[in-house]
Amino acid sequence: MASSYNAKEEDGHHSGAPAHGGAAAAAAKSKKPDNTAFKQQRLPAWQPILTAGTVLPAFFVIGLIFIPIGIGLFVTSNNIREFEVTATPTRDTSNVFMYYGLSNFYQNHRRYVKSRDDSQLYGDRSALTNPSKECEPYRMSDGQAIAPCGAIANSLFNDTLELYHIDSNGTRNTIPLVKKGIAWWTDKHVKFRNPGGNNNLTAAFRGTSKPVNWRKPVYDLDPSDPDNNGFINEDFIVWMRTAALPTFRKLYRIIQKKAVTTPTLPSGRYVLNISYNYPVLSFDGRKRMILSTISWMGGKNPFLGIAYITVGSICFFLGVVLLIIHHKYDTRNNSADIPN
Amino acid sequence: MNAKAVVVDGVFKKKERHVKANARDFNDKFSYADNRIKTSKYDIFTFLPINLFEQLQRVANAYFLVLLTLQLIPEISSLSWFTTIVPLVLVLVITAVKDATDDYFRHKSDQQVNNRQSQVLSGGSLQNEKWMNVRVGDIIKLENNQFVTADILLLCSSEPNGLCYIETAELDGETNLKVRQALTITSDLGDISKLMDFDGEVVCEPPNNKLDKFTGTLYWRDSKYPLDNGKVLLRGCVLRNTEWCFGMVIFAGLQTKLMQNCGRTNFKRTSIDKLMNTLVLWIFAFLICMGVILGMGNTIWESRIGRNFQAFLPLSELQSSAVFSGFLTFWSYIINLNTVVPISLYVSVEVLRLGHSYFINWDRKMYHRQTDTAAEARTTTLNEELGQVEFVFSDKTGTLTQNIMVFSKCSINGRKYGDVYDEFDQKVEITDKTACVDFSSNPLCDRGFKFYDGSLSEAVKLEDAAVQEFFRLLALCHTVMLEEKSEGLLVYQAQSPDEEALVTAARNFGFVFRARTPETITLCEMGRTVTYHLLAILDFNNVRKRMSVIVRNPQGQIKLYSKGADTVIFERLDPSSDDLMCTTSEHLSEFAGEGLRTLALAYRDLDENHFEVWMKKLLFASTVIENREDQLAVLYEEIEQGLKEMLTTTAIEDKLQEGVPETIACLNLADIKIWVLTGDKLETAMNIGYSCNLLRDDMNEVFVVSGHTLLEVQQQLRSAMEHIHSLSRAGIAGDADKSDMFADDSAFEETVIAEYALVINGHSLAHALEPQLEHVLLDLACLCKAVICCRVTPMQKAQVVELVKRHRGAVTLAIGDGANDVSMIKTAHIGVGLSGQEGMQAALASDYSFAQFRYLQRLLLVHGRWSYFRMCHFLRYFFYKNFAFTLVHFWYGFFCGFSAQTVYDQWFITLFNIVYTSLPVLGMGLFDQDVSDHNSLRYPGLYKPGQRNLLFNKRQFFLCTLQGMGTSFLLFFIHYGAFFAMAREDGSHFSDQQAFAVTIATSLVIVVTVQIGLDTHYWTAVNHLFIWGSVAVYFVILFAIQSNGIFGIFPSHFPFIGTASSCLSEKSVWLVILLTTVVCVVPGLAVSFLRVDLFPTLTDKVRHLQQSRRRKRPPERNPRRVRRTSSHRSAYAFSHQQGYGELITSGKNMRTGTVSPARSPARTQHSSNWMENILKRSNEVSCISDEQHKAATV
Repeated sequence: MASSYNAKEEDGHHSGAPAHGGAAAAAAKSKKPDNTAFKQQRLPAWQPILTAGTVLPAFFVIGLIFIPIGIGLFVTSNNIREFEVTATPTRDTSNVFMYYGLSNFYQNHRRYVKSRDDSQLYGDRSALTNPSKECEPYRMSDGQAIAPCGAIANSLFNDTLELYHIDSNGTRNTIPLVKKGIAWWTDKHVKFRNPGGNNNLTAAFRGTSKPVNWRKPVYDLDPSDPDNNGFINEDFIVWMRTAALPTFRKLYRIIQKKAVTTPTLPSGRYVLNISYNYPVLSFDGRKRMILSTISWMGGKNPFLGIAYITVGSICFFLGVVLLIIHHKYDTRNNSADIPN
Repeated sequence: MNAKAVVVDGVFKKKERHVKANARDFNDKFSYADNRIKTSKYDIFTFLPINLFEQLQRVANAYFLVLLTLQLIPEISSLSWFTTIVPLVLVLVITAVKDATDDYFRHKSDQQVNNRQSQVLSGGSLQNEKWMNVRVGDIIKLENNQFVTADILLLCSSEPNGLCYIETAELDGETNLKVRQALTITSDLGDISKLMDFDGEVVCEPPNNKLDKFTGTLYWRDSKYPLDNGKVLLRGCVLRNTEWCFGMVIFAGLQTKLMQNCGRTNFKRTSIDKLMNTLVLWIFAFLICMGVILGMGNTIWESRIGRNFQAFLPLSELQSSAVFSGFLTFWSYIINLNTVVPISLYVSVEVLRLGHSYFINWDRKMYHRQTDTAAEARTTTLNEELGQVEFVFSDKTGTLTQNIMVFSKCSINGRKYGDVYDEFDQKVEITDKTACVDFSSNPLCDRGFKFYDGSLSEAVKLEDAAVQEFFRLLALCHTVMLEEKSEGLLVYQAQSPDEEALVTAARNFGFVFRARTPETITLCEMGRTVTYHLLAILDFNNVRKRMSVIVRNPQGQIKLYSKGADTVIFERLDPSSDDLMCTTSEHLSEFAGEGLRTLALAYRDLDENHFEVWMKKLLFASTVIENREDQLAVLYEEIEQGLKEMLTTTAIEDKLQEGVPETIACLNLADIKIWVLTGDKLETAMNIGYSCNLLRDDMNEVFVVSGHTLLEVQQQLRSAMEHIHSLSRAGIAGDADKSDMFADDSAFEETVIAEYALVINGHSLAHALEPQLEHVLLDLACLCKAVICCRVTPMQKAQVVELVKRHRGAVTLAIGDGANDVSMIKTAHIGVGLSGQEGMQAALASDYSFAQFRYLQRLLLVHGRWSYFRMCHFLRYFFYKNFAFTLVHFWYGFFCGFSAQTVYDQWFITLFNIVYTSLPVLGMGLFDQDVSDHNSLRYPGLYKPGQRNLLFNKRQFFLCTLQGMGTSFLLFFIHYGAFFAMAREDGSHFSDQQAFAVTIATSLVIVVTVQIGLDTHYWTAVNHLFIWGSVAVYFVILFAIQSNGIFGIFPSHFPFIGTASSCLSEKSVWLVILLTTVVCVVPGLAVSFLRVDLFPTLTDKVRHLQQSRRRKRPPERNPRRVRRTSSHRSAYAFSHQQGYGELITSGKNMRTGTVSPARSPARTQHSSNWMENILKRSNEVSCISDEQHKAATV
């Protein structure tokens, strides 16, 4: 923006000394307002104005910056391999992430969102046995407090996915799926805690009841690993982080890369084994399984790239149009037509 | 004293009031008000409940109270209660603090008045009592220059015959002295024991607000004595020239006429206020519409999708039916979307106005050094209206003029004095720097007097006979009274400032009026004391328009000195002085053309015999009962014939206040119409009109309406109207039909190019203001460039203002200095009082006060314009911001099953308006300047958008809300697109609600901050601090409330733990934010660039000019010079009232010791009647009602 700093010119008229060379005492009593830049509204200021010289370059600059970013984003996004359900192998040597996706599932419904008790999940003992009213109607079951209470926990996604690679001689090799490291660090280590530490969960959860829809109590979510059981079970944590939109995906497992040169998922035939527990047909929902790699900008997301390219082009185009308009209808502000 | 409603107690509604002197027990029976006044509203205990109650009566506050209640219902509460209560409490507290401070000052001023001391007669002696302890029926003593404590009946005074003088400046703005006289029966009570025994009972009218009327009866010693206004001293007057007086309190405290007159200051609201209220209603309607849409959406969703989704999300019992669920959702959305009606709007607007008021108070360019008065914004709620004024109603005396008459020029014997010439014989403009004549050789001179032409004093020193005679005349021919405070310190008390000016001039030139007795006038002529015998005073009246004195000088010659209106004097001149008359008359026109008030002087020698004969006739005429006045007039006429010898004229400058013509010219350029409403006479008013450039000779026509009947007035108005129409029809090729013309006046108004002025007299105005004529008057007046109403009463002033206010819908401003302007000041949208003069009534009733009329220009064109500009930009941005913020919920509704789920964190909703975005917009609203004050004054055209309401109106509101809606739409859908499939760099899913909330909130804060940055024209350090600071504060708070620590303490209130850190560490999130910012801001930028580029307004041009000039930096100054082009020959302008001639010659007002025992027969004969006459006249003078013009008709 065109600008310059200025201190507004002093007013010559009144800034002179008092008429009678007033004594200091008289001057002190005078009601004459102080001559400070603030009170006289003369604070030095930057006064930008919109001119062709500032606005048009801004448009071009935006265009010139956005278009390359957009192209970069678009290319990156396209390089991300993402496969839904029927996976095709890849030669990528990075980690491959396995997501499950649900659509038409309103995890963002107000009644659903508030149906949880963060104190209980934080390991608060009183909240464990007396959960918040927000959890209704999944608060008490058979006179016992439900742990974890509420509709979110109750609807925990409980399908199990297994991925097998069928090698050249037809044998099924289970691909190892890492189930830890899928939740946010703060969730795992701060927000979710088991009451009374991670040992002896059965005792800690005594006096509580499992959520209605669950098959097993919370302390049996992953009996094999005390660090992934109870409230700090990562599948559970991931589920509890409700999605913003009715169509969403959540990280399920990570397929760790093997070595720098070996592809994580070598080409070949794969079999996905889904133990179908989770009912979605009733509400017209869909389930998906997605395998995806990740880049510097996260997962595959063509939207950003396209949006950047579009916005960049529009800005550039706008800059050109405005330039033409400006030159064609040059009604430059000149002082000549200011009535004085 | 502050204005305050006075509710007349039921007790006093009965017809009569009985007050008995020295009988508190008797008076207590009636429970009359005591003399304590209370203008404050609260005390310590009542403050909280009353203030809270008052505040909750405001629609906005009540609305938020309702919202709060709604939020407490768990089924519909979509937001927790603190989102509403935090701002609500903040607003209530800020307002309460402000109210409390206001009331504290009222308490203080009440206390100050209530604790003034007065002397009350009780227990046989005078006791000092506080004002508030004075009761009805008490007898109190007043001393010279004291304020009158309450409305009292004058009993006796130090002056002969129970006379006393008062000044009523506080009441009616008039500074000349008025006479009050006690009943003869009580006038000799001047001793405490007699007063103690006084037990008269006054029966009078109940309290009322008529300042000029009082009727009552005094019952004492079995007799009845009628009482009228002339025997009453009202609270607020000041005792003058009277050593002491005693009076009996009739009305006290709130029942005094002064307090009764104060009336309720009706709460003024600005047009922006009204518009804002309408808009808030619209927003309400819009809010309800959105609620209905979303509620219906919810019903549909529940019945189609939610039904199937019950396995995961069962309905509670309450929501068993989809319709009912929709109904509840409606309320939830009302809560969710309530931020479109931002509660902080009202409080922010108040803060802005307060800030703008302080800027007015602080402005050194509106500070008047001579009176040490700074401008004061007494009302803090009207500032932006100052930027929209279309009509200015101004008082004349004391407002346009200084009410100081200065002897400035004279023409003696054909020679002109008073101008200053330089060595090249060029007339020099007189400024403060011009050297004035040194009068220090004269020990009796008045140091305030300034005269610049040295030749006049030279002439006096050279003993030029004509010049000496001139000053002798000035020193002798007057009715001025003298007070010699100490040796040589003379104070002249004159009827009119003109007289004072003339006598003072004579004094400084060595003809000092030293003393007066009924028989003699003592002058000190060039150091010699000379005593003249005063033989007769031929007093002034409105018909004669002249006054004369007949004196015998020490040499024994009898001389008649006369002064009066030029026409009147010229008629009576001896034909021998024709030549001189020509020259003098030329000079006279010249003086008048400069806007000076002129007088002609002449004298004649009288033959002893002739005088004797005439004197006898006069004595005889004085005894006649019938037609005495007429006969005297004939006699006066007879002796005033054949004036000659010396013909001179004086010019008195009715000094305009500094800068008045410039200010008027400047306001005219800003399309502000100026109407002068004055109590003065037509000629005087027109004279001032010319001298302050309101009327000009190059105007096409000045219509004078002075008809006495309705018909006459109607006819005059119609003909003026036709005149304009016929002229302009000729101008615009006369195609339009006459009826069309009248039908479409507003359009027609624009097409009138010719300049007209309207001058209307008070009695005509009375008719013109009647319903059948008021439209004609208004239409005509609006076609005129200048309107002058003279001889108007305070009531009529208010009526005129009301007329314009009602029918034109324009913003009116009234400016005045006296109590007679109070009604108009209170009626107008904005009342401005000039302070620093004697009366403070106007300033106290006003919304803004300052010392000089010229500051009006700065108040309107600088402060008003800035206030309006800032307020409009503030509002536009505020609505934009809140729409952008809130409507995201609306779009989100379509993706969350219309469940009233909020997009943002609750804390963000709570803090967005009051913390994250309040300061930058406040900073803009307080400090923004599109053009500098210098340029605002230089280009008055910049003021016009305010008058036309261009910066903030319904259209602008629509546009800014549209922009807000667009922003919310883009904001939501860009994030929707980005989050549809988003993963973090570590692969974990990222499309969760909290990340979504934080990203969209961050984008929103950045977008609105960038927008305020673009809207800010004037980036001071404060703006930088506010803008960058707000963004910084946003991030600090964001991380604070999402930190582990705070979650550990309140896990259920801060569920967003860790979202900010995991979210804002993503590159893609920042790319989304950048994209959103550009997409939301660029369209607005392009549009405003196109507007500035293709259709620049005057403001844009001046801004551009300002900038390019600043680069070059030539500090050119070009103050507008106003030429006075008037060559108008003024008519007689002598703002004189009938004098004290009779009073003087009767000697009744003189100390007994000084009255000479030898009295001329004429005086003795007069004496039976003089008192009545004097009182009658002085009452006429003091009347501020219709009687005024009856009594003193030109």
